[in-house]
Amino acid sequence: MVGKPEPVNGTATAKTSPSPSPAISMSGLKPDLLNNLSFKTLKLKTKQQELLIRVSILCLVYILAFITRLFSVLRYESMIHEFDPYFNYRTTLYLTEKGFYDFWNWFDSESWYPLGRIIGGTLYPGLMVTAALIYWTLRFLSFAVHIREVCVLTAPFFASNTTLVAYFFGKEIWDTGAGLVAAALIAICPGYISRSVAGSYDNEGVAIFALLLTFYLFVKAVNTGSLAWALASAFGYFYMVSAWGGYVFIINLIPLYVLVLLITGRYSMRLYVAYNCTYIIGMLLAMQIRFVGFQHVQSGEHMAAMGVFFLMQVFYFLDWVRHLLSDTKMFQAFLRITVTCAVGVGAVALGVGTASGYISPWTGRFYSLLDPTYAKDHIPIIASVSEHQPTAWSSFMFDFHILLFLFPAGLYFCFKRLSDATIFIVMYGLTSMYFAGVMVRLILVATPAVCLISAIAVSATIKNLTQLVRAKNKVSQTGSTKGGSSTKGSSKGSVDQSQPFQRNGASVLLFGAFYLLSKYATHCTWVTSEAYSSPSIVLAARGAHGNRVIFDDYREAYFWLRQNTPPDAKVMSWWDYGYQITAMGNRTVIVDNNTWNNTHIATVGRAMSSYEDEAYEIMRSLDVDYVLVVFGGVTGYSSDDINKFLWMVRIGGGVFPVIKEPDYLVNGEYRVDKGAAPKMLNCLMYKLSYYRFGELTTEYGKPPGYDRARGVEIGNKDIKLEHLEEAFTTSNWIVRIYKVKPPNNRW
Amino acid sequence: MPSLSVLVTLISLLPLLCHSFSPEAPTNRRLLVLLDDLSLQSSHSIFFHSLISRGFDLDFKLADDPTLSLQRYNQYLYDGLVLFSPTAHQFGGALDFQAVLDFVDSGHDLILAAGASASDLVRSISRQCGVDFDEDPSAVVIDHNNYAVLGTQGDHTLIASDDFIQSDVILGKNKIEAPVLFKGIAHSLSASNSLVLKVLSASPSAYSANPNAKLSYPPSLTGSAISLVSVLQARNNARILISGSVDMFSNQLFKSAVQKAGSSRKYEKSGNEQFVTELSKWIFHERGHLKAVNVRHHKVGETDEPAIYRINDDLDYSIEIYEWSGKSWEPYVAGDVQVQFFMMSPYVLKTLATDQKGLYHTSFKVPDVYGVFQFKVEYNRLGYTSLSLSKQIPVRPFQHNEYERFITTAFPYYGASFTTMAGFFIFSIDFMYYNCCLACTQRWCWPATWSFGAKAKSRQASTNLAGVDSNLTFWGQKSHQFSENYTKRGIIVKSSVFLDNHYPALLRKVILKEVVACSCCLWDSMREGGGRGI
Repeated sequence: MVGKPEPVNGTATAKTSPSPSPAISMSGLKPDLLNNLSFKTLKLKTKQQELLIRVSILCLVYILAFITRLFSVLRYESMIHEFDPYFNYRTTLYLTEKGFYDFWNWFDSESWYPLGRIIGGTLYPGLMVTAALIYWTLRFLSFAVHIREVCVLTAPFFASNTTLVAYFFGKEIWDTGAGLVAAALIAICPGYISRSVAGSYDNEGVAIFALLLTFYLFVKAVNTGSLAWALASAFGYFYMVSAWGGYVFIINLIPLYVLVLLITGRYSMRLYVAYNCTYIIGMLLAMQIRFVGFQHVQSGEHMAAMGVFFLMQVFYFLDWVRHLLSDTKMFQAFLRITVTCAVGVGAVALGVGTASGYISPWTGRFYSLLDPTYAKDHIPIIASVSEHQPTAWSSFMFDFHILLFLFPAGLYFCFKRLSDATIFIVMYGLTSMYFAGVMVRLILVATPAVCLISAIAVSATIKNLTQLVRAKNKVSQTGSTKGGSSTKGSSKGSVDQSQPFQRNGASVLLFGAFYLLSKYATHCTWVTSEAYSSPSIVLAARGAHGNRVIFDDYREAYFWLRQNTPPDAKVMSWWDYGYQITAMGNRTVIVDNNTWNNTHIATVGRAMSSYEDEAYEIMRSLDVDYVLVVFGGVTGYSSDDINKFLWMVRIGGGVFPVIKEPDYLVNGEYRVDKGAAPKMLNCLMYKLSYYRFGELTTEYGKPPGYDRARGVEIGNKDIKLEHLEEAFTTSNWIVRIYKVKPPNNRW
Repeated sequence: MPSLSVLVTLISLLPLLCHSFSPEAPTNRRLLVLLDDLSLQSSHSIFFHSLISRGFDLDFKLADDPTLSLQRYNQYLYDGLVLFSPTAHQFGGALDFQAVLDFVDSGHDLILAAGASASDLVRSISRQCGVDFDEDPSAVVIDHNNYAVLGTQGDHTLIASDDFIQSDVILGKNKIEAPVLFKGIAHSLSASNSLVLKVLSASPSAYSANPNAKLSYPPSLTGSAISLVSVLQARNNARILISGSVDMFSNQLFKSAVQKAGSSRKYEKSGNEQFVTELSKWIFHERGHLKAVNVRHHKVGETDEPAIYRINDDLDYSIEIYEWSGKSWEPYVAGDVQVQFFMMSPYVLKTLATDQKGLYHTSFKVPDVYGVFQFKVEYNRLGYTSLSLSKQIPVRPFQHNEYERFITTAFPYYGASFTTMAGFFIFSIDFMYYNCCLACTQRWCWPATWSFGAKAKSRQASTNLAGVDSNLTFWGQKSHQFSENYTKRGIIVKSSVFLDNHYPALLRKVILKEVVACSCCLWDSMREGGGRGI
């Protein structure tokens, strides 16, 4: 079929091509050769056509992944979003200004006053180093970019790269078609976009790329048994460790996967080479990250990997012994003894290590993954973060859309064609789906797996359907001539006979599949545009006439702090705003989003939930100069400090039992109106939030002091402050800053 | 030469000049004296003259003078305020209750004297200074045991008290021998105020009541709870004197002879003049006023102040403390000045050594804790200005290159790692260049089973590759070449042919199931075969 039109096209091009190109006439080559050349350039072989299509699809997907994440820049401006990214931005700025060694050794005295924080030793530097490298490269190429622009666009750039990795991964576990679909799916999947829009300069933006890369390289290493791929996988793992704490997922999933392979009797030399090399080199590399340090040999969370490593050696050893011992009976006995000894030694080592404290027990975060109720009962600080909440069904639907239904289908296909690679993706998909159910933020980790598995479903289904449709066409075209191989014809014939309306059915199904996919694309774009592109530091609302109202109060407040307070002023606020205050306000904070010291946070929680004079003592002991609270009563902004207040009480009460949650509740109900608990109405947070609010009419037809965020009239309208004075309130009252007065001069 | 000597004199005089014009305690100071009645100016002239003779510039005004003003253009016009106007219900001009307190809160001194029928204004000012006068407007202090024997007066309201505060700083070094005559109202100190001090207390037998009325209920203030004269040193070091009696300052009581009831000793002159003069010296900072200057800290052996310390650094800390003598700053000498190295709690607490010339010094080692520390000097002594200095300094941990490079105890580990490296190198050479194979005799190589692809689902046929469709390729080699390549080397190649009619012909595949070879052999052959390697 392909061979036939060649001469036709060849002659046609030969007629036209020599005349317009002067270069050819000048070179004076033979026209025949030229004909051949021009033909070759214009008419590609099927394989080349396929390659061209594949490459162009990938390019389009690459670009699409980038531009779909630019909504936030177009809607608002090129700015850093949310909370953690501000810390990342601040550290990146420091890195580019002071160089790597200063960054590595940075002791920050501006946060966690007065404890300070060793920034270099308590962060994952991967993101900052990546952004700085991009920045330095661009500077070297004479592009005068600002580091902020680089930071804003880092996440979309890495999202684009992730699509490429997804393509190769899909190709590795299934085929190129699945790879292409996976790339396209992951490019626009909301679960991933939620953490990688422009401006969301967070670890996850880079880490998902690193995660998928590590998995891909490892699967590649297992498939080939190649040291080179295993080494590459180890470096991928190193990058992941340097970028995000989620690397613990990798270091547990891979051993689990290996264990499953061992149990299912799929042990092979390839697996041995891949795992040992990845684990040992990956572990050594990971130790270079200061924040991780010796955790790979000392922490309970990493022990599974080490156990599997030793198990591999036992397997290898047994293989060797079996080779030497021809007697099966002797080998059985040997096997029993060896396995018992190995397990015994391992258990004793683990027991002794744990008991002596050399191996640290699992952290609370890890526990809360295995037992979703653990954090709620034991560690309020973990439970208080909204992204650590168990996932609601709706958010699965929101983030995955049709992938949620395609995922089981893909699993079916994977099970149907089990290989080492598909076992991996199945394991990845199932474990990450479980974790996604436990914590909202881990939907992000599940997204690549869901995309890949769904891509297998989509690709396999469409491939089968198109084959059916095209095979029918061929049969009708060629009519009764059943040439070629007999098997081909017979199979078609049998299929044709068994299902009469197959072709039509296939077309309908094909149409349905494309309809679903197009709905997916629409949904993803809508979600990206409406839900995930808000910087959350600038709030937008619809005005009464449908116009867009922008609340830029946060930046207003931080700018006020920067301009109007002494440079060494200490600002106390709930920890959510710590990073922003240091990054944008350039002032020292007591606690920030790096929640490494629970007691310190609890002290702030205690101050916020105490009466003013008690709080004053605490603030004096912490040298606090200003107190910052976020208040949404005027604008109806619901994630303000009053709504977070119960967590402050819980966290404060967790360390200081004088703070009791029931004191702030009335019959187990949390309220701020007249029926509120007396302690609630007089605690510092209430006073600071509602100071002079009773004089303000917020909504037409409502009494003064009507809180729009809670929808009630506040209970204490006559608030007098003794030890604090109002210093600044932003135009929409979202941020309120109070100055702590010095002690009374005469008392 | 003469010009040089003049210059030397000038330079040597310079510090003196600077000191004498110190803004903290200038010599020419203005006081505003508010009187109920201008006659007080003459009746209390001894007290006023003692102030004038000490270099104060007094401005006498009536309390209801409509031009009264403490400040102009946000600058205070006076350095001190003397309120001898117990009955004034309100001040004239811009002066009011709040203005007086603001005056004190901006660091200025105040003498407030009340008397019988003290006005609400005076009471509320003193209440804000931690002193509560007796609520009863007609009550005065009565003491039937410690009254002054004086002529014919018999209601025992003129009290001779000698219960002074034990402080040389406040009352001067010379002991006040004669009792102080007091005629006025009682006050008590507010319990919640930690700054106010009794300077002159009443005796245990004193009480506060109306002398002309019959005592129908127990007096609210009795005994030692009654304070006659109190002082308060505010946190900004403004000093306040509150007395329940204006008469105490009068020439009459200054000069009168005193004999305490029950005591045979008679003094020619009461202790009032000495007491009031010494107290006013303290109030106006002529005594007991300290200043701390030149707070310095640096690493031992260096002179520059660092922006940050490292843990376990040795550092020197020094501070200079001077006391104002009324004319110049004199070195303050004490053995109990301490410095804290403080982060939420003191990590280091050291007593500073003094060189008797005002310089205090110590050196210590920074604790092995990082964080934002403060050098804190909290010096609170009775009568002296409280010194509260804090200087923030961060302490950082070691940098990555500040640790010891080689540790002796770790030599076994260094040895282990280097032998491992060497061993790995030798092993690699052996592995790569020693020809070993399953087919040939080998020392340490053994066969491994290499599985490829998935297990075929249904019908499988194990065949030799030679029988398979020759169009199929493995790792870039036609099946028969592949088979030859391997069998030549003694590698057993098995394959399965996947024949499933349910699948279209396109999907039909031959799946290479197993290649049994030793690892190095397989490696070599794959490389030679131009395959994609392992």
